[in-house]
Parts: sequence; C-alpha cells; structure tokens
Amino acid sequence: MKGKTRFLILVSLVLLSLIASITGCAAQGAEALPPQERLRVATTTSLYDTGLWGYLEPIFEKEYGVEVDILYAGTGIALEYGRRGDVDVITVHSKTSEEQFVAEGYGLERVPFAYNYFLIVGPEADPAGIKGWSPEDAFKKLFDTGSGSFISRGDDSGTHSKEKAIWKQAGLDYEVIREAGQWYIEAGRGMGPTLLMASEKQAYTLTDMGTFLSYKGKTELVPIVDQGSILLNVYSAIVINPEKNPKTNAEMAENLIYFLTSPEIQELIGNYGVKEYGMQLFIPCAGAEPTS
Amino acid sequence: MTELWQGLVKAVELIISLDPEVMVVAGRSLRISATSATIAALICLPLGSFIHCHRFPGKRLLINIVQTLFSIPTVAVGLFVFVLFSRAGPLGGLNLMFTPTVMILGQVILITPVMLGLTISALSGVDKAITDTAIALGASGFQMAVITLKEARYAVVAALIMGFGRAVSEVGLALMVGGNIKGFTRTLTTAISLETSKGDLELSIALGIILISIALIINIALNRIQQR
Repeated sequence: MKGKTRFLILVSLVLLSLIASITGCAAQGAEALPPQERLRVATTTSLYDTGLWGYLEPIFEKEYGVEVDILYAGTGIALEYGRRGDVDVITVHSKTSEEQFVAEGYGLERVPFAYNYFLIVGPEADPAGIKGWSPEDAFKKLFDTGSGSFISRGDDSGTHSKEKAIWKQAGLDYEVIREAGQWYIEAGRGMGPTLLMASEKQAYTLTDMGTFLSYKGKTELVPIVDQGSILLNVYSAIVINPEKNPKTNAEMAENLIYFLTSPEIQELIGNYGVKEYGMQLFIPCAGAEPTS
Repeated sequence: MTELWQGLVKAVELIISLDPEVMVVAGRSLRISATSATIAALICLPLGSFIHCHRFPGKRLLINIVQTLFSIPTVAVGLFVFVLFSRAGPLGGLNLMFTPTVMILGQVILITPVMLGLTISALSGVDKAITDTAIALGASGFQMAVITLKEARYAVVAALIMGFGRAVSEVGLALMVGGNIKGFTRTLTTAISLETSKGDLELSIALGIILISIALIINIALNRIQQR
C-alpha cells in the first residue's frame, strides 16, 4: 500500500509540476493571449521572405497599439484564409484572382500599394539560349526544345498564376505544359525553396524581383529574361468584407490600408533594401494601378 | 558537411549567449508540447488502465484502431483541426485559429493514440501473478489499476516520452493551425522549416540541435523519476 501511494503521489506531483510550470510560464510569458487587440494579416511569401513585413510590422504595431499576426503563404492560400474569415486583411499579388475575390464579395476593395517585376532566372550557362528574349518567346523555346529544365512553383501562388499567364500568352496550353516532359518540374513550394531548388538543379524559374534579390548570395542563378510588360508584379492589400465574415477586425484592417498607402510608409517601402541589395526591391504606387 | 559543423558551433553560441529570440521560441515549443503531453497523459493513463482491466466486446478491434492511429499523418490532423476551428468551420466562433491553444488541441489529438496504445501494451506486460495476488488480497479496481501502472512504470514512462516526442517534433500540424506567427505561434520545428526555406542552413541545424537537447533533458528527468 505504501509503495502504491508513493508512486501515485509521485505521478501526480510530476503532472502537477508540469501543469504549474506551464500555467506559470503562460502567466508571465508574453505569449498567452493578451487582451490586446490583434490584427491578422495573410501575406504572400515574397513580402515576408524579403523581410518587408518584418520591417513594417513593428512600426504599425507601435502606431496603432495592436498586435499584428502575420501568416505567410502563397496567394492561393492567403485568399482561402480570407474566404474563410481566418484573417482580417490580405496582401497578395495576383490581379485576376484578387478581382474575382472582390467580385465574389469576400473582399472590400483591391488597393495596389507597391510593384516590381518578375524575371526569369536560370544558370549562367543558359542551356536553352533564351537570354534577352521576350518572356513569351523564351517560354515557347523552352517548350519547343526541352533543352533546359524549368521549375514551376505549382502551388497556385501569384507567381504561379503569372507563369500560367505567360504560357497562355505564348500560345501554349498549360495542361499540355504540365505533361510536356521531365524538363518541367512542379515544386509545390514557396519562392525561396523554389529558387534554391532551381540553383541545385541548374534550372530556370520565374521569380519576383524581391525574393530573387534577397536570395542572391544563396543561389547561383542569374537573370535571364527581365524585359516584357507581362512581367509586371503588383502587390495589393484587400480588407476582408465584414458582411461576409462579421468577426473580422475590419476597422483595424482599414487602418493598415491607410498605413500602407500613407506617404511616409510609401517612402519606406520604396527605400526598403536599397542599401542592402544595391537596388530598389519595391516601387511604391499608393492606391493606383501601375501601367508599366 | 561544413554546414553541420557550423550549425553545431552556432547552436553552442546561441545556447551560451541565451539568444533571447531562440530561447523564447524554444520555451514556447517546450510549453506547447509539454501541455499537450500532460493533457494526453491525463486522458491516457486512466483510460489505458480502464481498457486494460476490463473485458468488453470489440476490445481487440478498439486496440487495433488505436494502433492504426499511431501512423496518422500530422498534416491530416492539421487539416482536420483547421476545418474544425477555421472561422467558416463548426467551431470557428471560438476564434482559436492560429493560436497556441489550437496547436495544443491538435497535438493532443495527434499523440493520444500513441500514448494510449503504448500504455495499454505496457500494462499487458505486467505479470498476471501480481494482479491475481492483489485480487486475492482484496484490492479494489482502483488499487488494481495503480498496482499495474506501478509495475509497468518503465514502459508507461516510455509511452509518455514517446507522446511528448511526437508532439515536440512535429511540424505539419504546427504550421497548418499555428501559422508560424513570429512571437506567437512560432516553435522550433516551424522555425527550422522557415529558416531552411530561407536557405539559412546553419541556423536551422542549430535550432535542430537545441530541439534534441530539450528532448534529452526531458528524457533524463523522466528517467530519474522512474528510477526512484
């Protein structure tokens, strides 16, 4: 009887101390859900991987006294979070899906706040010989010759949508491309991992300028095609429609839009990374659709 | 290979300098997983004893199901919890999506089968002579359960460690329902996943080493307790 009781006491002591340590930590730790207001932002990976959100987040938090939770995901998932009402505002880069999202009533208004360009990058040797071509012709040549691997995001992200748009513009059916052969690889991953993979495999890929620059030291890829109006890459913010999802924090989300398009923050966005990467990562465009 | 060595050096640096960001993330990992393991233990020890001590139709089948759930993928649990707790889901009104709480809930779902199954098999390893003697001496059902648990304590503690291990090491669920939010739901595993995708292998390896060190400390602590 003695042994049993002792064992039982021991077990309960262990459990209790565990619980105590947990609740104790939670009480003093900053992570326990504070009564503070929170704003949930789902962002495309390129605005996260480049560090832009990490830079802007504390400024916004300080100015508005709000805790910002940033979820990074491809545009496809970010839009899905928005549809389900799991976030309050999204920052994405896929114009057609965004317009559809707003038209379906999930978002209030599409507000472009910055842009840059996509580019096709690849190995310095350029095995397919597409350097300096137009994006459409370059894609067509990749398809015709099959002489260079191409890694696709394959994840319904904004970059993936752009890639599909270029195939279409080149007069090719995307479903045919997907089955075209071993040269076409669907990674199903974010921009950063896709760049690393392209570098490993000596393959071409389509990337946004920001992520490419911030991964520069980590890959052996060089710009191959960077001219063409189709390569325009516009980032916009959309507040989730509170009529569809009444529990979202639309008021603070509107503040974020105001913040992103304000002159001071637009200037910060325009200067972001210039010193580090030697060129502009994002061109501010407060609320207006850039045309070229 | 140089990355491994640099990762090790970096891990030591981060630990010695008590790098605040890493320590907070490590603490959060530990807290979330320890909470889930504790909750799961509170479910599994009594439930395991109950299932072990009673005969009922379908017992074998139940145990088979529990054992099948050992291999449930973390992302499948993640998806299930996501659909359940997303605002558009049936429990969306609780507003728990992308919080540590929902990560704990998911981990409890994930590790309960492992802990339960291993607890039951630990108990069935106990010599029947001991329990028979206890019954002959007039032990109550509860006393029986305690005796059996005590006899099987090594294997039972192994079950708890296994459950904690699965919770602290999983990444699919934590990413899906936690969202890897900096300063809120980022754990060691999701941080490793992010840093690797950023190409920062050194830091990833360092975080991996810290994760293993935590597991080692927990193991040593639990082993000391069971040897008493």
